[in-house]
Amino acid sequence: MSDRQFGFRTRALHAGTVPDAVHGTRAVPIHQSTSFVFKDTDDAANLFALQKYGSIYSRIGNPTVNALEERLASLEGGIGAVATASGMSAEFLVFAALCGTGDHIVASSKLYGGTVTQLDVTLRRFGIETTFVDTTDPEAFRAALQENTKVVYTETVANPSSDVADLRGLADVAHEHGVPLVVDSTLTTPYLLRPIEHGADIVVHSVTKFLGGHGTTLGGVVVEAGTFPWDNGKFPSMTEPVPSYGNLSWWGNFGEYGFLTKLRSEQLRDVGPSLSAQAAFQLMQGIETLPQRMGEHVANAQRVAAWLEADERISYVNYAGLASHPDHARAQEVLPLGAGSVFSFGVAGGREVGARFIESLQLASHLANVGDVRTLILHPGSTTHQQLTEEQMDAAGIPEDLIRISVGLEDVEDILWDLDQALDAALAATAVESDGEQGEQAEQSEEAR
Amino acid sequence: MSTTETTAEHPHGIWEPPSPVRRLQLLHSAQSIAIVGASDKPQRASHFVATYLLSSSSYRVHFINPRLDEILGQPVYPSLADLPEVPDIVDVFRRPGDVPGIVDEAAEVGAQTVWMQLGIRNPEAAQLARDRGMEAVQDRCVKIEHARFHGGLNLAGFNTGVISAKRQRLDG
Ligand SMILES: Cc1ncc(COP(=O)(O)O)c(C=O)c1O
Repeated sequence: MSDRQFGFRTRALHAGTVPDAVHGTRAVPIHQSTSFVFKDTDDAANLFALQKYGSIYSRIGNPTVNALEERLASLEGGIGAVATASGMSAEFLVFAALCGTGDHIVASSKLYGGTVTQLDVTLRRFGIETTFVDTTDPEAFRAALQENTKVVYTETVANPSSDVADLRGLADVAHEHGVPLVVDSTLTTPYLLRPIEHGADIVVHSVTKFLGGHGTTLGGVVVEAGTFPWDNGKFPSMTEPVPSYGNLSWWGNFGEYGFLTKLRSEQLRDVGPSLSAQAAFQLMQGIETLPQRMGEHVANAQRVAAWLEADERISYVNYAGLASHPDHARAQEVLPLGAGSVFSFGVAGGREVGARFIESLQLASHLANVGDVRTLILHPGSTTHQQLTEEQMDAAGIPEDLIRISVGLEDVEDILWDLDQALDAALAATAVESDGEQGEQAEQSEEAR
Repeated sequence: MSTTETTAEHPHGIWEPPSPVRRLQLLHSAQSIAIVGASDKPQRASHFVATYLLSSSSYRVHFINPRLDEILGQPVYPSLADLPEVPDIVDVFRRPGDVPGIVDEAAEVGAQTVWMQLGIRNPEAAQLARDRGMEAVQDRCVKIEHARFHGGLNLAGFNTGVISAKRQRLDG
């Protein structure tokens, strides 16, 4: 062993997967087992009391899942990680660990639609209130803070507005109030942006997206920096005795390791959204090529965004990688490798032309996901954001004609060809239809004559 | 660990927090550990470390606490000088102000390393240990550091920082 600091690509391949002592298995083994045999009764008791490390039951930990956890913690520069069944459950575990009835969250309003409803409907029903802030200005977040605020929450690059969060500003606001900044970095991945380096305390991901990268498997993860002072008085559950673990205290016994130990040993235990070993294995295959894929994703996205912006059939493009975006300067500063490959645009002619455009695509897949190797396309107004009220749609920056694209890894010339032919087809169909209408009117007037 | 520069005052150099590799070396070169300030209360951090070391390592583990007779079925000794052997690592669970005295005791019995647990910092005491020819670690947990290099920490989802294509090392 040496003290060398290994690079991102090396860690994407090696972190978390030291070959096992018995077989030397090189790829990460799939530990397809719900439970793990104890050595003896003492061993069992010590494991259950968290007095030693080891696997007990796959709801709380599984060696294949642990490999994924350490790898993502390494790539984000965190102290550790807890993997979950999906991105949504990663978010829920964080809120459930930090908030209870009577507590409050300050969140950006430009969030994934499922996150908005988790906060606005489900958590509100549990007595946890959220104030949504409709700007990236940290001062607006500060103004929304309350005595009972426990979390400040944002995404890195909003979907589909492509607004770029001011992470440093938000971290300062959160820390001055004694609460953590929690960041959903799904669309940027640790290759493009590592929120912890910008002051974030907790990073969550839908691993389903670019990390897994192949559109095969759902997963989520929570990574913690390990630097938040959980004993500052705002989080009594971190310092008070925990009866189910012999009155230990998460902070007192585990210090900087305490939050994630609580998340695993208490929240995964009680809520149960664990990642399966099979899923962890699939997602690990994707993570190994994350750097190479993300490089290509952003290169293709930049080409496609510029091409769309220059086309007069397109009314607008929201992509922070373009100079026309209000957050372009911030994107260049915090996302020097690229602003991701998910962005949005409007097809001139409005909602109906947009719908026909989507139906005319041959290569881009019309579905509700982002971060696949393949190019994906969607009309949020009628799908992912359909459950949002009109006000929430406005606050999320989603006009009705907006089309979201997740640019994939096909030959970029083929992606452009597909967009071009679908735009032609959509506009031609519109032209034919209006000709037809005119024709009918003409016939009617002839009859009338 | 320390810088190579030595002076009459600091014949073994200025103390620096040991790197991960150096911590691994300290753990590997040791065969016995004395836990100073050991508690018999299961919820105390020292008890976690004791249980872990007894069950997951090959170390001979000794307990020091003048007010206790037995912990986990093992005898407890009033001081380092009363131990049946010289401990390689002296693992300290006492407040920072008590550490210089423990450094003296550790030097007198001939220990190799004074190790202050997670949350205990006293750089002056670490320098004292250096000056007496010992190694010193502060604000680190022996359990976590041992588990970092022997697979346990990985099984809790933590970032060990270990990147290696060699087989996992086991101990005990
Ligand atoms: C930014 C963002 N966060 C969270 C999620 C939720 O993740 P999952 O579908 O894995 O639950 C998604 C996508 O669905 C997303 O795009």
